[in-house]
Amino acid sequence: MGSLGSLERYFEAIMSYLAPLKSALAYLLLILGTLLRKLLGILRRYGRFIFIAFFLSPFLVSLILVYAVPSALCALMSLTDMGLKFEFTWCRPLWRNYEVIFSGADPRIEEVTYVTILYVGATLLINAGYALILGVFTAYMVKNETLATTIRLLWFLPRMTPVVIYALLWLWFADPHVGPLTIISRWIGLGEVSWILDRPYSQILMIIVNGYVGASWGMVIFASAVRTIPLELFYAAKVDGASDFQVITKIIIPLLKWPILFVTAWQTLSLIGSYVQILTIWNGFAYVSGTEVWSLYSFHKAFEAYEFGYSASLAIVMVIISLGLVALYFKIFGFRRMLEPSRIEV
Amino acid sequence: MSRRSSTYYRNVIRKAKIRTMIGYIIVYSVLCIPLVPIVMMYGWLVIQAFSGRPVTWLIPNQPTLRNWYFLSGPIMKGGTVLYSNFWQLVGNTLLLALGTTGLVVIASSLAGYVISRFDFKGRDPLLKSVVVFHSLPGVLFLIALMYLLNYLGIYGKGFLTLLTVILIKAGLETPMYTWMLKGFFDSVPWELEWAALVDGCTRFQAWRRVVLPMIFPGIAAVSVFAFLSGWGEYLLVYVYITQKEYYTLSVALSDLTFEFLFIDYGMLAAFSLFYMIPAVIFFILTQKYLMTMRIIAYKG
Repeated sequence: MGSLGSLERYFEAIMSYLAPLKSALAYLLLILGTLLRKLLGILRRYGRFIFIAFFLSPFLVSLILVYAVPSALCALMSLTDMGLKFEFTWCRPLWRNYEVIFSGADPRIEEVTYVTILYVGATLLINAGYALILGVFTAYMVKNETLATTIRLLWFLPRMTPVVIYALLWLWFADPHVGPLTIISRWIGLGEVSWILDRPYSQILMIIVNGYVGASWGMVIFASAVRTIPLELFYAAKVDGASDFQVITKIIIPLLKWPILFVTAWQTLSLIGSYVQILTIWNGFAYVSGTEVWSLYSFHKAFEAYEFGYSASLAIVMVIISLGLVALYFKIFGFRRMLEPSRIEV
Repeated sequence: MSRRSSTYYRNVIRKAKIRTMIGYIIVYSVLCIPLVPIVMMYGWLVIQAFSGRPVTWLIPNQPTLRNWYFLSGPIMKGGTVLYSNFWQLVGNTLLLALGTTGLVVIASSLAGYVISRFDFKGRDPLLKSVVVFHSLPGVLFLIALMYLLNYLGIYGKGFLTLLTVILIKAGLETPMYTWMLKGFFDSVPWELEWAALVDGCTRFQAWRRVVLPMIFPGIAAVSVFAFLSGWGEYLLVYVYITQKEYYTLSVALSDLTFEFLFIDYGMLAAFSLFYMIPAVIFFILTQKYLMTMRIIAYKG
């Protein structure tokens, strides 16, 4: 009996010890409950925000990590004389790399600038000008739809081919022994020329090679723009006795004003930054054969001469030019039209 | 009088016919003559891959299958092994292409939806920044990422570097494809989502069950483009990957091109032909899309 009473006392003692704990537990539960309710409230209130943040996060991360941070980093690197050891030692004065570029202290800059202007200007004639002819002809002149599609697909081939294969095809085409280009140029009396090494042939080849890749993009945009022109305009012109040539010059081309500007604008930007085709074909011979464009020069300075600081400043010069062009385009087109090429305003 | 006028009209018709003929000749020569070298090159690729000697005018020269030896053995030059296992190159390339595709599809289908449907603060600056970033020259990112990789200790670390290259490639491609998918999301009518939300779907379910299936063509197109872009990627692998075991087909081919140029066109052509297969398949499958889609800010 006594033992039972002592047990009871023990129990009471334990309970009295636990009592504050119990109330603490109750409080804890209460707090948790309130928190949970608050959280749900927040979720309900900011659900839209959380949803947007969740959906956007992979996109934002890629934009920040791959685009924004490297751009800023490159701007900083351009103020250093970083070499193979990747040390951030600031130049003295800070803008020394730029001084080297603009004062002519780098003997290659002049040549590279000339080649870049030649490359961008001449290739643009193909990528915008010839592309316009291709787009209009395949959409308006070739009435047989299957034939038009086939022609457009063939023009698309170089763009779809992995760039290294494309380079191999041209290296064969201009091969000094078995290449058709060499043999043809022998027939037409040019003598023994190397289309890879001898200027101006190498520069002509550079323009053609990139023209084939770029022309198809403009072609597709122009062709789809021509398709959006109301047919009544063509009928009216035809009834009035216009020839096909007149329809093209008097109706189609004026209506394609915005697509033409659009293609020219984007192609200029992309040509300034492009160099992969030249790198893969003229690997190691670009400077001697006069095909070293600005981008490629920056690439070579970085990954062959390991002058990362200087190559970054070369890249930043291009960035400034590109940003200037983009600002200009925003001004001309407005934001919306800059991204919608094929809207025809009749 | 009537006779004269009939010959007159006949003459007019004949002249018009001649003019049309000349017009057609001009049109087709402008469209097709520049295609001759292109057709020749691709024709050469096929014929050379099965020829034992150099081919010039698309006439097979000593038909053989020997050029394809790399499928079952190491690629050798004068006794030294250049690439011991061709299939490892294929595996690396597939990994790069599929990894890029997966990441790009996930990121761009999520972000494209939000950008298309929500009018949140900072939407316009975001869109503008995509355009601005996309207009910058590519070499900029290559240089800065080289420093970053080196700083993080990822440069030249074999498989780890390959995985990083996949992430970089996907990151570089994501904005453009987000933009493309945004266009597809724009074309799905609002009412469908409303109906789903009224019926008790959450926003996520509405996206997953209602909207996503409707833009399947867009997802398919993005997958194909991202795959081909990863499959053909050259620069990132060429610059960042230092060990041959982790090369992709593109870097191996450019390496071999400078080893075997003028020496063994047969093997190079066979290698290229193999490398072209996915591009050709997708090319045939998606040609309809290719021609109708407006690929915004697609640089070339």
